[in-house]
Amino acid sequence: MSDAWLIVAVVGIGTMLIKASGPVLLGGRRLPPRAAAVVALLAPALLAALVVSASVGSDSQLVADARLIGVGAAVLMLALRAPILLVVVVAAATAALARVAGIP
Amino acid sequence: MRSPMTETPATPTLSFREGATTALPLAVAVGLFGVSFGVLSASGGGIGALPAVVMSVTTFAGSAQFAAAAIVAAGGQPIAAIAAALMLNARYVPIGVSVARFLPGGPLRRFLLAQLVIDESWAIASKGDGEFDGHRLIGAGILLWLAWVGGTVVGVIGREALGDPAVLGLDAAFPALFLALLIQQLPSRTAVAAAILGGVITLALTPVAPVGVPISAAAAAALLGLARR
Repeated sequence: MSDAWLIVAVVGIGTMLIKASGPVLLGGRRLPPRAAAVVALLAPALLAALVVSASVGSDSQLVADARLIGVGAAVLMLALRAPILLVVVVAAATAALARVAGIP
Repeated sequence: MRSPMTETPATPTLSFREGATTALPLAVAVGLFGVSFGVLSASGGGIGALPAVVMSVTTFAGSAQFAAAAIVAAGGQPIAAIAAALMLNARYVPIGVSVARFLPGGPLRRFLLAQLVIDESWAIASKGDGEFDGHRLIGAGILLWLAWVGGTVVGVIGREALGDPAVLGLDAAFPALFLALLIQQLPSRTAVAAAILGGVITLALTPVAPVGVPISAAAAAALLGLARR
């Protein structure tokens, strides 16, 4: 087996098991209250992590580039209570314009 | 005899469609990132065209696939590529737990449906306060999977003709979406605190921890839920 297929096989099987672990092992059961309180906070915690990572993360570095300007535009649109689709489109367009203006 | 009509299941089809509709603008972005994954993989020194497509079909996790492909393209060891990809995907353990009771069916069906969970479909399915709509997740997940696999195929076939999705600002679309969804998920002070802590953990660990670890580590912020309520 070549290296490429080894990676594809191990990552593929590993990811499938990771993704299925909760839904298959827990089934339809509810979590105990204390565990449920923790799980309820996973969404805000991980979403905030994804916001940070997708805004300023680049490999193992923090960088300020055109994405951050796009996110700034998104903050403005959210403050104006714009619908999500508009927020996302304005963020992308702003970042694209910033790149046209020479910002990496 | 119990009638199957006692509880009108009016929502599943509607939720499925709603999920797909909400995911549509993202599907365009995900498709274009799929194209760039295909281009990267099919270029010299990459994992190759067919492995790239098989990986998109089976792994369906953009950041992990990009990490593995980039490490291979940079001449890294297979073990490094595998470790980076699996660490990036470790966040799907808590994410999977959060949606577990909202996915329908027996173990096999749940196993398959769980594969549709990615950051975007999970975020779209979230109703706040720890509740999720499983059918929204399935609708969004299927559309995004088709976009990701289709994009990869286009990328490996037409790798020379296509440019960089960053030129279109698509890489700024993801943090904007995550931010918009985050704002809807802050029903309590504890949730705000968990979000701030999660963001700070990611910010602090990004320069020092391997790629992907900071996001998984941010899950620890949810332990604030153990504090008195």
